[in-house]
Amino acid sequence: MSRFLTITILTATVASGIRLATPFLLASLGETMGQRSGVLNLGVDGIMLLGAFGAYYTALHTHDLWLAVLVGILIGVVMGLITAVISVTLKAEQGISGIGVYLFGLGMSDLLFQKLVGTPVPISSLPTLKIPLVGTIPGLGKMFFQANLLVYVAFLLVPVLAFVLNRTTYGTNIKAVGENPAAADSLGVNVARIRYSTVILGSGLAGLGGAALAIQLGIFQSNLTQGAGFIAVALVYFGAWRPLGVMGGSLLYGMVAATVLTWKTLGIIPQSASDLAAMAPAVLTVVALVVVASRFRQPAALAKPYQRGG
Amino acid sequence: MTMGNATRERIFRRGWGGLLVSWFALPMAALAALLVGAAMLLALGANPLTGYHALVQGAFGSMNSLTATAIKAVPLLLVGVGICIAFRANVLNIGGEGQIVMGGLASTAVALAVPKLPGPVLIPLVLLAGAAGGALWGAIPGALKAYFNVNEILSTIMLNIVAVQVMNYLLAGPLVDRSFSGFSLIPQTKRLSPHADLPVLINGTQLHLGAVLAVLVAVAVYAFLWKTGLGFRLRAVGLSREASSYAGMPVKRTIVLALTLAGAMAGLAGVILVFGSASHRMVTDGTATGFTGSAGFNGIVAALFGGLNPLWTIVSSFIFGGLLVGGDFMQIAVQVPTALIVALNGLVVVFVVSIEYVRRRARLRAEPVWEAADRHPPLEPAATNSVSADPGRGQE
Repeated sequence: MSRFLTITILTATVASGIRLATPFLLASLGETMGQRSGVLNLGVDGIMLLGAFGAYYTALHTHDLWLAVLVGILIGVVMGLITAVISVTLKAEQGISGIGVYLFGLGMSDLLFQKLVGTPVPISSLPTLKIPLVGTIPGLGKMFFQANLLVYVAFLLVPVLAFVLNRTTYGTNIKAVGENPAAADSLGVNVARIRYSTVILGSGLAGLGGAALAIQLGIFQSNLTQGAGFIAVALVYFGAWRPLGVMGGSLLYGMVAATVLTWKTLGIIPQSASDLAAMAPAVLTVVALVVVASRFRQPAALAKPYQRGG
Repeated sequence: MTMGNATRERIFRRGWGGLLVSWFALPMAALAALLVGAAMLLALGANPLTGYHALVQGAFGSMNSLTATAIKAVPLLLVGVGICIAFRANVLNIGGEGQIVMGGLASTAVALAVPKLPGPVLIPLVLLAGAAGGALWGAIPGALKAYFNVNEILSTIMLNIVAVQVMNYLLAGPLVDRSFSGFSLIPQTKRLSPHADLPVLINGTQLHLGAVLAVLVAVAVYAFLWKTGLGFRLRAVGLSREASSYAGMPVKRTIVLALTLAGAMAGLAGVILVFGSASHRMVTDGTATGFTGSAGFNGIVAALFGGLNPLWTIVSSFIFGGLLVGGDFMQIAVQVPTALIVALNGLVVVFVVSIEYVRRRARLRAEPVWEAADRHPPLEPAATNSVSADPGRGQE
């Protein structure tokens, strides 16, 4: 009996960990693309908030969750275009302009929420999609193959983006522009165009991440992300600019959050201990930053605007 | 042509030169933000003139509003002054939020430990404790950057998150107010020792000692940066780590110092937020913003707008404090939530850092290249752009 209970709890925790990891994963995969091309987008959290609100608002009024997801992505794309203008064309200091975009998104999403919605009304959540055959495996099926479509999309993006980065001309161009834009430029690669594309793609994914967060929670409120976008940026370093590493970091956050939640609900360990446990991923990330800084090299042109003839 | 290219490159290199606001950029950025704000008000069906009028009246229109503005300005000023130090050393401190939280926690812990001490002893003690808490939270990313080459933007952001979790843990556990036994505990301390209440300066208002303290700190930091050898070293390292190292300056220690001092200033802001608050306790709603009111970010806005000069930051903090206070009045007048102010602050940052490029580009076109390179930015004579930036940020 107790053994059965343990297994049930374990499967539920893993499944919810994967679900909680999804918004982090989407946003940090997007950020990875931008950083590989040399653009540090620190505004991710603000973009996620706007995407989350857009998706929530759409779902509230149309009851069409897929339209909501689309709106989240579109808002991300628009914010990406703005971010690209600021960091690529206007060559602003990216560490600071990103804070500006964050504050804008934080304020704007809150403003629109208070003005257009007021009191939070829950929206319906995405249907669970059980994958045929593997989804019926006891235990494993419930852990990995009974989730909503956004979860599958996020995890499928890992190999897809790794493939794009490592096996396509576009990916080579991205890395060239991120390492040595002058050399890439001299070979005829349009630095600005590549960077615009990665920033817009990345912000679109951030918008999608925000939408996923709002839809999974079924609610929107002021500062819904509580810094998830900033964690997503850190996860790119955590994962040493590789989609697979980024996935590992996202899963760490998701799993620890799910475990702590389970502990809290079951009352297995005291509240204070679970508060301490919740601290683990952030502390681990700081440690990971040190390890990554000593073992890996960030894209050489990261956060450096490119000026031809410079 | 080679010469022209070399000079052109130097102009676009970034020490903190790229963060300096000029007299041109400042009003332009403010104007642009105000115009966008007006458009947003219009879109939300409010009259921008009515809204802005209520905002200015509410922020600066009476003695009460002026003192309210000053109180809101104090944390911005303290954080902003710390940002001046960090950014001048070309260290991007995004960790204000966490440093404020740690400062608040350290000072709260001291006030809880020795509540019986008389005010003249206890107040300096909590201020010191808060500064130390913030300094520690700045020294960690400083050391990580100097000795392990960890990007300080990332480490300060992560430490913000750790600080919030430390706060949530401490205020729900070791530091919690246990006087409500039997109920579920609210994550807050009990009312802290009245001996540590910051004395009120003007009777009938909330304006407390913190305002004087913050201005004194700003003046002291100005003197430190421009009148002492250490301050010179700090700015030199900010302009060029390569050149400073070549000149025999201890670059790594200077980077740690810059972030430690920046953290200490933000820590002081945390003390003010606890002991200058109306409730005289430290409370958490689970987020950093709930305690800091985003002062860790808004302080960056104030410092950038003050041209990274502590004295001008006094003025700009007052303006941005006024926006925070006036926002409430605007909300009442035209029913637009104060979140608009947060969004406008963001726009100001974006415009400030973007507009400088437009200006330099215009100048490049208008003047012979060599002349443009020799001219110093107007706000700060030492801020010459012709010194090459540090290798970490400059173009290869």
